[in-house]
Amino acid sequence: MAEFEPVLLRRVGKVDSAALSTYRADGGYRALTKALNEMSPAQVVELVKDSGLRGRGGAGFPCGVKWTFLPKDHPGPIYLCVNADESEPCTFNNRILMEDDPHQVLEGILLACYATRASTAYLYLRYEYGRAYRVLQSAIDELYAANLLGKNILGKDFHLDVYLHRGAAAYICGEETGLIESLEGKRGWPRIKPPFPAVEGAFRKPTVVNNIETLACVTHIIDRGSAWFKSIGVPPDPKNPRDAGSYGPKLYCISGHVNKPCCVELPLGVTVRELVEKYGGGVWKGRKAKGCIPGGISMGIMTESEFDTPLDFNGPGRVGCLGLGTAAVTIFDDQTSIVDVLYNICRFFAHESCGQCTPCREGTGWMFKIMERFRRGQGRIEDLQILEEVGKSIGIMPGTTICGLADGAGWPVKNAVAKFRLELEEFIKKGVQSESALPLAMAN
Amino acid sequence: MAVVYVNDKPVDIGNDKLNLIQAAERAGVFVPYYCWHPGLSVVASCRMCLVEAGERKPDGTISMQPRVVPGCQTPARDGTVIRTQSERSIHAEHQTLESLLLNHPLDCPVCDKAGECHLQDYSYRFGRATSRMIDDKNQPPNKPHIGEHITLFADRCIMCSRCVRFTREVSGTAELHVINRGHHSEIDIFPGRPVNNKLAGNVVDLCPVGALCSKDFLYKQRVWFLKSEKSVCPDCSTGCSIFVDHNKDIVFRLRPRENPQAQGYFMCDEGRFDYHYINARERIKVPLHKGTATAWEKVIPSLRRELAESAQKDGGRLGAVLSPFLTCEEAYLLAKFVKGLSKEARLFLGWVPVRGADDTYPKDRKGRPIQPVKFTIHAEKCPNRRGVEEILKHFQGEVVYFDRALEAAEAGDLQALYVTGGYPPRLGEWLPAPVVQKVSKAPLLVVQDLFSSEATKAATYVLPSSSFAEKDGCFVNQANLAQAIHWAVRPEHHSRSDGQVFLDLLERRGLLHAEKLRQELSGEVPYFAKLGEGDLGELGVRLG
Repeated sequence: MAEFEPVLLRRVGKVDSAALSTYRADGGYRALTKALNEMSPAQVVELVKDSGLRGRGGAGFPCGVKWTFLPKDHPGPIYLCVNADESEPCTFNNRILMEDDPHQVLEGILLACYATRASTAYLYLRYEYGRAYRVLQSAIDELYAANLLGKNILGKDFHLDVYLHRGAAAYICGEETGLIESLEGKRGWPRIKPPFPAVEGAFRKPTVVNNIETLACVTHIIDRGSAWFKSIGVPPDPKNPRDAGSYGPKLYCISGHVNKPCCVELPLGVTVRELVEKYGGGVWKGRKAKGCIPGGISMGIMTESEFDTPLDFNGPGRVGCLGLGTAAVTIFDDQTSIVDVLYNICRFFAHESCGQCTPCREGTGWMFKIMERFRRGQGRIEDLQILEEVGKSIGIMPGTTICGLADGAGWPVKNAVAKFRLELEEFIKKGVQSESALPLAMAN
Repeated sequence: MAVVYVNDKPVDIGNDKLNLIQAAERAGVFVPYYCWHPGLSVVASCRMCLVEAGERKPDGTISMQPRVVPGCQTPARDGTVIRTQSERSIHAEHQTLESLLLNHPLDCPVCDKAGECHLQDYSYRFGRATSRMIDDKNQPPNKPHIGEHITLFADRCIMCSRCVRFTREVSGTAELHVINRGHHSEIDIFPGRPVNNKLAGNVVDLCPVGALCSKDFLYKQRVWFLKSEKSVCPDCSTGCSIFVDHNKDIVFRLRPRENPQAQGYFMCDEGRFDYHYINARERIKVPLHKGTATAWEKVIPSLRRELAESAQKDGGRLGAVLSPFLTCEEAYLLAKFVKGLSKEARLFLGWVPVRGADDTYPKDRKGRPIQPVKFTIHAEKCPNRRGVEEILKHFQGEVVYFDRALEAAEAGDLQALYVTGGYPPRLGEWLPAPVVQKVSKAPLLVVQDLFSSEATKAATYVLPSSSFAEKDGCFVNQANLAQAIHWAVRPEHHSRSDGQVFLDLLERRGLLHAEKLRQELSGEVPYFAKLGEGDLGELGVRLG
């Protein structure tokens, strides 16, 4: 494959990349001008739908289709919520976009609001992203000064206000309805659906929730057309009628036990091995990889032998993972104990489960307690069956919870028990304490 | 007409908007649930009511959804198929119950709720017999001070959030909330803002487990010893349907009974905790004649004779005060007795206690009532003004109020005055000394009341009265809803119920039989015509 010319990350790392002048000099807000002058909102929606852009937040729902769910001829207001609550462990692609190229994101927001006729956009930002907050706020201020936000943008009948909202650092507030609840000032408990946010979302009005990277892609789709977008990535599997394809560029975050953790932009469909060898500089200390987490820890665990799986929206599913997720690949080397990996994962989900649905609240806590016991050397073989059973039965896919957090909590556990059973059994039989020290922060 | 298939059994649910729990109930299939309550919003978070659902197409094929769905959240439509006995539904039930018991202390032997605990019941019916968790349970601290009447055993909580939703949606006071996250979630209050609203006691009934307990009832009685009698709360003119829970002639607690015609699902704390006077030692237990305890067998004929003599002299100088705490039947009997002595005898409506203004809920953060109203505590603190008024109207064409009785007594226009009371002591001394001075100007003063007072000291005859829990009859609330009350506990050994006293005065034989009296009443007083059946059912009958 020829070297891919980055699109989304083109300006990242350049001097003054966050300034409006730099962005304009590089052709910025061309897409917005084009859309406002030449296209109707419906045409923008149609174009995005045609491009096959799938949401980059994790679930991969087609973005254009989501926009069409809004009620027609709604008197308004309609809201756009931008999900910048990037809290999936090891994921940092949105952060790079927001910190280094905020105008690309904001242009996407403007376009999305134009297409959906939203009058207000709320950017729900993870609290820890202080720099992103400052950069975005100054970019928004610049836009207001340049009359690219506010009333009558570019002299057209298009008005938009963008508000930055800093969340209070909860993983669950990245779930779209949890985000809306939190934005409304309530406890971040995901809502029951229906009604879906497109019908009744923020402040009981129709709402679209999109990820930062999705919106950045929208900018380029309007600018370069859907044919360009479709020329990148993987077309749909003809054998699978429900596959919508995996088109476009994607930011891959590579972290963990590699020599060069980084975020690279590549067409969808690269393999884990390629990412590790070519972009991550190989596994550190000359060791071998034992496995990886292909897209944020909620997506499950891949073994080293599965590293040739293409990372598109379908690939990870073929090897038993949940999906592409945020495409944040975390490698762990062959000297990492799978017990420690699982312990960390369970600790995270026990800490982040919102506590609303019983199976998730108690299930994540139970799995955490079991893993804690494992590390104390008091694991039992029958615990593996419990872990597997809990991992399989919690989540929105079996129907036992309201949101997808529990799927994410169960999937890596279920994967680990299935794929690393021998190692787990060996660890239990040895009956010794794990050698690595307990992490400082306990989930209590 | 919508047909729902519950475990392959077709049930016609008509045009009712039901969820799957309610639809299954129509088919006689019980779907367990915790967080769902018909009076609160749906959160579908306890995941106890998970069932398999699907749709039966017109051609008879059935397509089931690939996952289990919460019955409380899923509406039943025409052709909906519900399966509660499938492998997946049962597995989901097992799993939810096992999860709920993971951190539950299982301290049933010392738990107040044991015996009426949904966690116990469902675990027994739908759960696993053993827990597979060997790790330590979470032990959140108990919170005994979250309310004046309420205590929280946080470790027993299953986080159904009913109590939180109640304080937000019904009382509107929003004292309770969830703190922390995940398996460390707890119910708590804001510091210094305890749950002391007037509807707070309902969270105890709403709590499906023993987490929220009533301090009033705590450790007083095991619930399986309690017997429940359907009754009506006498504390205001809302007339909440209640259960009187009692054992061995002692009332232990009052609980609201669902009645959409009266109050809905709840009751207020004023009514709920104001029952202790029923078993108070200070109750008048024996009839007194001129201050001496006298047997009923002597008191009744002598009273009857004295009243008759007074009526013969001058019927217009015989008066009777009918308390709004009398049942309709009792008021009818007394009116009949007095009017039977003399057509000119004067009937008065007893003191109608009013405290402030009607108190409606929910309230906003500043305590102002907001619409739509979900619960009203009426300012009129008596159960049966409407019923007594209608009886007075029938017997003398108009309602004459209590102050006119006082005026007449003060002016010396009354030779004999028969005063019925029965006011709970919470309302204060209802006949204070200046008033007693007025009524005691009547040479023959008869006071029938629960407790001794200035008035009983001044009275020639003092008769023990009975509380609402000790009598049969019916009350008519402010909205003209007639509801039956039933005796739950027996009055003290020497005491007779009000109605029985009136029957004795009327020289009617036998014991009081409320249904027969109601038939008689309905025939005689047109307002009560609908009571002709005698049986008022559980929800009561709307009159007028």
